Amino acid sequence: MVELTIPDEVAVEGVETGRPVLEVDNISLSFGGTTAISDVSFDVRAGELFAIIGPNGAGKTSIFNSISGVYIPQQGSITFAGEDVLGRRPESIARLGVARMFQNIELFDNLTVLDNIMLGRHNHLHYSLLSAFLFAGKAKRAEVANRRIAEEIIDFLDIAAHRSFPVGMLPYGIKKRVELGRALAMQPSLLLLDEPVAGMNVEETEDMARFILDIRSELGISMILVEHDMGLVMDLADRVLVLDFGHRIALGTPAEVQADPAVIKAYLGEELG
Amino acid sequence: MSTTDTVRPDPAPARPSRAATRSLRGRPALYTSYASELAIFNTGTKKFWVGALVVAVLLLPFALQRDMVALVATVFVFAIGGIGLNLLTGYAGQVSLGQAFFLGVGAYTAAVFGGESSRGVIGLGWDMAIWLPLAGLVPALIALVLAPLAARVRGLYLAILTLGLVFIGEHIFKEADAITGGAGVGRAPAEPIFLGFNLFDRYEVFGYRIDRFTTFYYACFVIFVVMAVLARNLVRSRFGRSFAAVRDRDVAAEVMGVSLLRTKTIAFAISSFYAGIAGALLSIIIGRISPETWNFFLSVEFLAVIFIGGLASISGAIAGAVFVVMLPKLVNNLTGFLPVSSGVGQGGILNVFELQTIIFGLLIVLFLILEPRGLYGLWIRVRNYFKAWPFSY
Repeated sequence: MVELTIPDEVAVEGVETGRPVLEVDNISLSFGGTTAISDVSFDVRAGELFAIIGPNGAGKTSIFNSISGVYIPQQGSITFAGEDVLGRRPESIARLGVARMFQNIELFDNLTVLDNIMLGRHNHLHYSLLSAFLFAGKAKRAEVANRRIAEEIIDFLDIAAHRSFPVGMLPYGIKKRVELGRALAMQPSLLLLDEPVAGMNVEETEDMARFILDIRSELGISMILVEHDMGLVMDLADRVLVLDFGHRIALGTPAEVQADPAVIKAYLGEELG
Repeated sequence: MSTTDTVRPDPAPARPSRAATRSLRGRPALYTSYASELAIFNTGTKKFWVGALVVAVLLLPFALQRDMVALVATVFVFAIGGIGLNLLTGYAGQVSLGQAFFLGVGAYTAAVFGGESSRGVIGLGWDMAIWLPLAGLVPALIALVLAPLAARVRGLYLAILTLGLVFIGEHIFKEADAITGGAGVGRAPAEPIFLGFNLFDRYEVFGYRIDRFTTFYYACFVIFVVMAVLARNLVRSRFGRSFAAVRDRDVAAEVMGVSLLRTKTIAFAISSFYAGIAGALLSIIIGRISPETWNFFLSVEFLAVIFIGGLASISGAIAGAVFVVMLPKLVNNLTGFLPVSSGVGQGGILNVFELQTIIFGLLIVLFLILEPRGLYGLWIRVRNYFKAWPFSY
């Protein structure tokens, strides 16, 4: 992964200083009378693996949608790489270096694995419409050069055998990997992983965990992980944010969070009397 | 990552030598460079058959009668319009019933800039080298203006919006007498004089007499080939991929950095450019253009081209054009064997036109149910069967 080893100067600088890449400050989001997120704040440091957990409907995916610009919170601020991103279009936030893996696979089903990953390269391909019509010169050079990067990612995720199949035909576990590949192809400085191992067996979960660790150690990409698999979260995460009904109830290292009475109450309930 | 030792198809050179780009003997699917895999004709078989087809098309006029030559020229024109619609509807997923409107705008743009002025109708009489690009650019500009509106809606709503465009267009065409000649009157189309050569005239080449339909047949073929190759290039570029992304998952496309408005606008404008060129050429084949030509049914015919031919496939659009243009002729020839009359009001159970309409509708329904990928899908099935032949898998 020669090209990907140093994904972004911002992230690499950050690893040394540990300064925050993403700062979420007091955001609140509601749909009509329903509050999805209320007054949640946290920050993600460069190179960190940050986890968000919470029962169903706690607002985890809503936070992802707010960060990537699909939803716009009514209050608060979100700062990424020093820029205020609240209210920006999703494609403009993507250009700043936020990539995302979706909870329910959102791949382009009719395209091949390769084309899906090449779509992750979209913002790195800058040739003009005219050049595309002729498919010569800059367009061809850019396509070939970026194809090499796409192949590096295919190798990394071990999906070479599926390279030229339409994604819609592939099994679930492979689709999840393709989605991770598509996000990596964007060379992000922040990667949002929405339940990357949901519905996977132990072996597939271990594979995915290894990929996540590789991404962190070799590419230095900061990640936010939303996951219900507590074993995975507690093993991998540097810090954990716990949400319940849109409220932040705890934030700390896995050990701190596990011992927090509010967390235990949210997950297990409390004794009567 | 222990991936550095993995064998990769492309060892490195940015500009591979000619020998490196050629596939190994007997291994047509083994590519030794990314550039050769990305090529349009990436196998020898494709090169051979496309070459053979081009030769056949070039020789065809000598074997056909005049009206058939004109019909095949119409196939090329329908293929141009069909490719344009397939870029918008097949690739970018934006169902458009407005193709007829843009065909009309193209035809009238060509007629205004390239036609003769007569009896209150404007005609500048410019060269085809000017009016042909304009016939594409003017519809594309109109599409650019309409795109922000059209990009806000999708699916059925977009279909209705573009349908409205056809009716508004028909009304404008009927009222704008100075440009279109008005309802029931019409006007003469543009003169296909390209850099002094009349492309709709008879010539004598090496003792062969080439009639005017044959001349125009070749002109249409050249324009069609150029536009088909350009479209094929576009769909394998980042633009083609972003079209497909918007079609398959628009939210995910945005999160990948693809702007929906921009992508839909580009698709809409390019599609209208193709429609405009097709309209201009079609008007010359028809000979005289009346505002009623550019109606809803013409839009449906173009939708039939891509549904029967195959969505999201350039060769599918071409196959669809052959089918849609040739079918009425075929049905006509069959009337001798069927209990149908040859015209309206001549008794019999059905007349030819009714039979044509029924067959059309039936085919669209059958294709949607049995093979949504159209003729292109049928071809893929046949190809895959013979790839593994004589084994079933």
